[in-house]
Amino acid sequence: MGKTSSRDRMKNEINAGSMADIAFLLLIFFLVTTTIAEDKGVLVKLPPWSNEPPENLKMNTRNVYSVLVNADNQLLVRGEPMRVEDLKNNTKLFISNPRKEQDKAEDPRKAIISLKNDRGTKYKTFLTVYNELKAAYTELRNEEAERRYGKLYDRLTKDQRAAIRAQIPLVISEAEPTSFGDEE
Amino acid sequence: MGRFEKKRGKASPEVSTASLPDIIFMLLFFFMVVTVLRDAELKVTINTPEATELTKLEKKSLVNHLLIGKPIIKYQATYGTKPRLQLGDKFANINEIPLFLEKHKATLPENQRQGITSSLKIDGDVTMGIVADVKTALRKANQLKVNYSAGKRAQ
Repeated sequence: MGKTSSRDRMKNEINAGSMADIAFLLLIFFLVTTTIAEDKGVLVKLPPWSNEPPENLKMNTRNVYSVLVNADNQLLVRGEPMRVEDLKNNTKLFISNPRKEQDKAEDPRKAIISLKNDRGTKYKTFLTVYNELKAAYTELRNEEAERRYGKLYDRLTKDQRAAIRAQIPLVISEAEPTSFGDEE
Repeated sequence: MGRFEKKRGKASPEVSTASLPDIIFMLLFFFMVVTVLRDAELKVTINTPEATELTKLEKKSLVNHLLIGKPIIKYQATYGTKPRLQLGDKFANINEIPLFLEKHKATLPENQRQGITSSLKIDGDVTMGIVADVKTALRKANQLKVNYSAGKRAQ
């Protein structure tokens, strides 16, 4: 072998086979790191607006579960302070009333949750409380679905779900907030 | 047997892989271009609370976003540090909500309009005052399907 001229060396190609692997690596990196932003949240149906003040409905007090949240993010449930952690179970007891107590709802169909907060309440607290109330209903519906059909509520057919909804309707009424606390 | 050996001798077997990187790069660029990171620039800081009773928002075209939070540092000199409402990509007042909803509604065919959901993305530390005002505005505009945006809470 003699000396190779520079022109001979120019002919030698770089092996491009591994380029594909590098590009693949990049591709896979982007595929894995891009998270398609998922929009999730607590779904709520607001009551329609009316200019007339609401009628003063005569409600049996045993069917109303009033939840008040003050500007210091404390809970007052039926006149008694309560921790957020206990709210779900107490709400479930109120709606289902398994021991048929005199001070709890006559029937899940008649139960009404009344939620009232202050303009100074933190949104975080409000949403946590709302979430707990909704969770109480979800669990009750799941229990009922399990008892009737042996399946979770989400797995039922449309008609079965409607039957459960009729038995345990979700009624969370939100009152106009009070304005005692400081707003930001 | 003999015939097979003959054939192998003749064929030059390697397919050129030089164009493979180009194909892969094309795929890569396609994905890089197609992935949208965020549609509107955030002008307020939003740290949504966590919840368990979550519903997924299915149809993206049927959703409009209302954002509430403190302005980011860049805008605090002009807009202050009080929680503000952001509609689309700019700060707005409560009384601009009906027009915003109407504009979104106009982009949709009539038969889909009752499925419109408002996604409220609200910072956890905002007080309920401004939220209540926004809710009232939504009720007055007859936009009753609302989704309080929240993250998943680990049980």
